[in-house]
Amino acid sequence: MGTFHDDKGELHGITVVVETTGPRTYIGRCFEETEQGIVLLDVDFHDPAEHDKTKDEYLQHAVKFGQWKKLAKFVVPNDEVAKVQRLAELAP
Amino acid sequence: MPYDPEMVRPMREELSSAGVQELTTIEEVDASFAQSGTQLLVINSVCGCAAGGARPGVLLALKHSVQPDRATTVFAGQDLDAVNAARAKMADFPPSSPCLALFKDGEVVHFVPRHMIEGRDAQSIAFDLVEAFDKHCVAAS
Repeated sequence: MGTFHDDKGELHGITVVVETTGPRTYIGRCFEETEQGIVLLDVDFHDPAEHDKTKDEYLQHAVKFGQWKKLAKFVVPNDEVAKVQRLAELAP
Repeated sequence: MPYDPEMVRPMREELSSAGVQELTTIEEVDASFAQSGTQLLVINSVCGCAAGGARPGVLLALKHSVQPDRATTVFAGQDLDAVNAARAKMADFPPSSPCLALFKDGEVVHFVPRHMIEGRDAQSIAFDLVEAFDKHCVAAS
């Protein structure tokens, strides 16, 4: 028994890494993919201007422990999305 | 606002009927963690990945020959105080639900965050737990 939202796309409910064409990399639980962008919930992000860790270090830490919520919801515009993959895929 | 208790009852009973102890108050959480030894904590939830992966994975793992001293659970979105108290025991870990944590004498020794449950089958999750049981728990004599 659980909750199912088949209309939200295959990444619905999945924690994903969204690399962008800019400096930021986002991690969040995908809610849906829309014409405007990817809607993420419980969102953390890496910005090299704000972090001591490199992006790779940040991602490896997130793979092991998960992401801290900086934003409850964020939409990454489609034209800024460079790559989307499941966070779990980065596990060694 | 907590979920309707009747809606989540089957999700709770899936674990409790297998002997996983429900912790529904701060006092119950603190009393459980005051004990020494190993303890599995399942942060249960209404999510599909709890239904498809976490709960059946835990149930499979609890059939292994090596077990933690206690298997316990709190329900996210339902027992709010108990969940907060349980999360305080692993404050270095970002909160997620469902998630699984194995404690030894109050310290987290193995952690399975939500993203390592999403999309995985019960057998894979159980295998992950069994490896942790073998590493950190003592086989019953």
